Amino acid sequence: MKSFTVLQGIVAPMDRANVDTDLIIPKQFLKSIKRSGFGPYLFDEVRYLDQGEPGQDCTNRPINVDFALNQARYKSAAVLLARENFGCGSSREHAPWALEDFGFHCIIAPSFADIFFNNCFKNGILPIELDANVVDGLFEEMYANEGYSMTVDLATQTIKTSLGETIRFEVDEFRKHCLFNGLDDIALTLDSADAIRAYERGWREKSPWLFDVIK
Amino acid sequence: MSGQTLYDKLWHSHLVEERDDDCGLIYIDRQLIHEVTSPQAFEGLRIAGRQPWRVDANFAVPDHNVPTELHERSGGVAGIIDPISRLQVQTLDDNCRDFDILEFQVNDVRQGIVHVVGPEQGVTLPGMTIVCGDSHTSTHGALGALAQGIGTSEVEHVMATQCLLQQRMKNMLVRVDGALQAGVTAKDVVLAIIGEIGTAGGTHHAIEFGGEVVRALSMEGRMTICNMAIEAGARVGLIGVDEITIEYVKGRPYAPTDEQWDRAVAAWRELHSDDDAHFDRVVELRGEDIVPQVTWGTSPEMVLPVSGIIPDPATMEHAGERDATKRALQYMGLEPGMAITDIQLDTVFIGSCTNSRIEDLRAAAAVVEGKQVASTVKRALVVPGSGQIKQQAEAEGLDKIFIAAGMEWREPGCSMCLAMNSDKLGAGEHCASTSNRNFEGRQGFGGRTHLVSPAMAAAAAVAGHFVDVRNW
Ligand code: SF4
Repeated sequence: MKSFTVLQGIVAPMDRANVDTDLIIPKQFLKSIKRSGFGPYLFDEVRYLDQGEPGQDCTNRPINVDFALNQARYKSAAVLLARENFGCGSSREHAPWALEDFGFHCIIAPSFADIFFNNCFKNGILPIELDANVVDGLFEEMYANEGYSMTVDLATQTIKTSLGETIRFEVDEFRKHCLFNGLDDIALTLDSADAIRAYERGWREKSPWLFDVIK
Repeated sequence: MSGQTLYDKLWHSHLVEERDDDCGLIYIDRQLIHEVTSPQAFEGLRIAGRQPWRVDANFAVPDHNVPTELHERSGGVAGIIDPISRLQVQTLDDNCRDFDILEFQVNDVRQGIVHVVGPEQGVTLPGMTIVCGDSHTSTHGALGALAQGIGTSEVEHVMATQCLLQQRMKNMLVRVDGALQAGVTAKDVVLAIIGEIGTAGGTHHAIEFGGEVVRALSMEGRMTICNMAIEAGARVGLIGVDEITIEYVKGRPYAPTDEQWDRAVAAWRELHSDDDAHFDRVVELRGEDIVPQVTWGTSPEMVLPVSGIIPDPATMEHAGERDATKRALQYMGLEPGMAITDIQLDTVFIGSCTNSRIEDLRAAAAVVEGKQVASTVKRALVVPGSGQIKQQAEAEGLDKIFIAAGMEWREPGCSMCLAMNSDKLGAGEHCASTSNRNFEGRQGFGGRTHLVSPAMAAAAAVAGHFVDVRNW
């Protein structure tokens, strides 16, 4: 797993509520059997004016100039500022893969959908929940200041904006530990292999029908 | 001390190790696998040189990419025209062969949408913990199983460890008492619930559905409701086990038999919330108040009774809601003040893991029998949820009713629910769909989805616009 320690970067907006994972990465790109290469298709349906196809070279596609990520000031952004219930809908991990491949390593929103929130941590992306009015304030500052950036420090759980403001955020201790150290979840769980085996023996005795081989 | 909710019982019975803060390692009894979210998980196992913890806990079926037209379907995997789709389905076959995982392949009569096939085959059983790299895994909660969608990294994690590391959820009860009016179905109930609590209303919660209306529903109807728990933001939907559940499971191919069956049933009878269980949130609806529902926007919470009028963003106080409504109306090509019944349809889609079971097909067939699809409707697809449902429907003559009415009778799969195969909406087309998501582009680039029940979709196919099926 990728680690996250300190991130310094430009902030870009995705200024609408209930952004679903279909919008983050449309289904035609889910046909890929790889984990990488989704960045050019991030937000494909609102980023381009035509319909994208998997594997397509995006350099000459007609772009939607109104879409924030197409504007020069946000081109190299690393922090995405979003609205409530970000990442709702489908469980596709292609959504964080696309965000990460584009260059986003931190997403700030008033709330996230559960599955997406979880998927972020598995891919070195830090999702930060802040009060809706704090997020409102960040949107205003970002729009008002070209080049608006942030330093996000996971160890101290603080965000420092380029205007000098410091904001504290909460993160679950265990998730923080794994993300900070880039730990392999599976290896970590396999440390408990004895406990899993012991549980499994007891459970099999109690519910043998769950262990009937399906063949 | 108060009693336990069904969710709490399932959580505690599967807890391998408790961590801090209500976080725990829970044991997973069954992993369901499809072609879209699994290739990278298998690849991860291979790269790390790991083996599945328990091969026989896994079950796979391709559904998202499979063609539903017979001429493309009959060639099996090799016949899939789109090379990228073909490779994805082929990759699932290869992975299942290499890891020795049970798979129903494309032209197996038992193939179908993973959330339809699991319960139908008894691969899904009450009291199980079930995961799948697919958010509509909530469907299986209708059988009293703790079932949820996970991401691909977690798919790999469950394959390798048989466990999922998870934060314990909060408990929400949605109780629907009373009785439904004729013509009102489980789909209308769940859409009404989402309209009430919103698409984020169930975030961090397991939603248990209860009350007289839910108890009176068939298993098919219950699955429709739990299927859309995720559309209310809840990863988990649940319904307690009763005689209807047990009757449904009995005799399924992978259900226990004989002495095992008796033991299982005794355990399953405990799978309901205790009378004095505490819920963090309770929402109540009356069955009589629910009328047929139609979504008008680009989120399932943008839903109205069929008698409704498209809302006017100008009258909305909250800026976020106003902008969202404006954007949705623009995408959908609708004007404020327009009646839902004036929405003209280009396509009708009856299918998906929400509404492609036999009861759904019967309801749709009853509406179109002896009638014709309106000349303005370009396409009306009926896509059964599995090969077995297709066979059953054909045995009942439902296919003939659909075909006589001018509808297309297809092979099983996800089809136009998300348009990963060639069943897609054209840009600007309005579709009455029995699926679960009306997101922008979900059914095809620029396509406009209206979520409804099978009976409402069938009536709309005949009328060419939405009509109240209670007056049919
Ligand atoms: S039918 Fe639709 S919602 Fe259900 S699994 Fe297939 S794509 Fe997902």
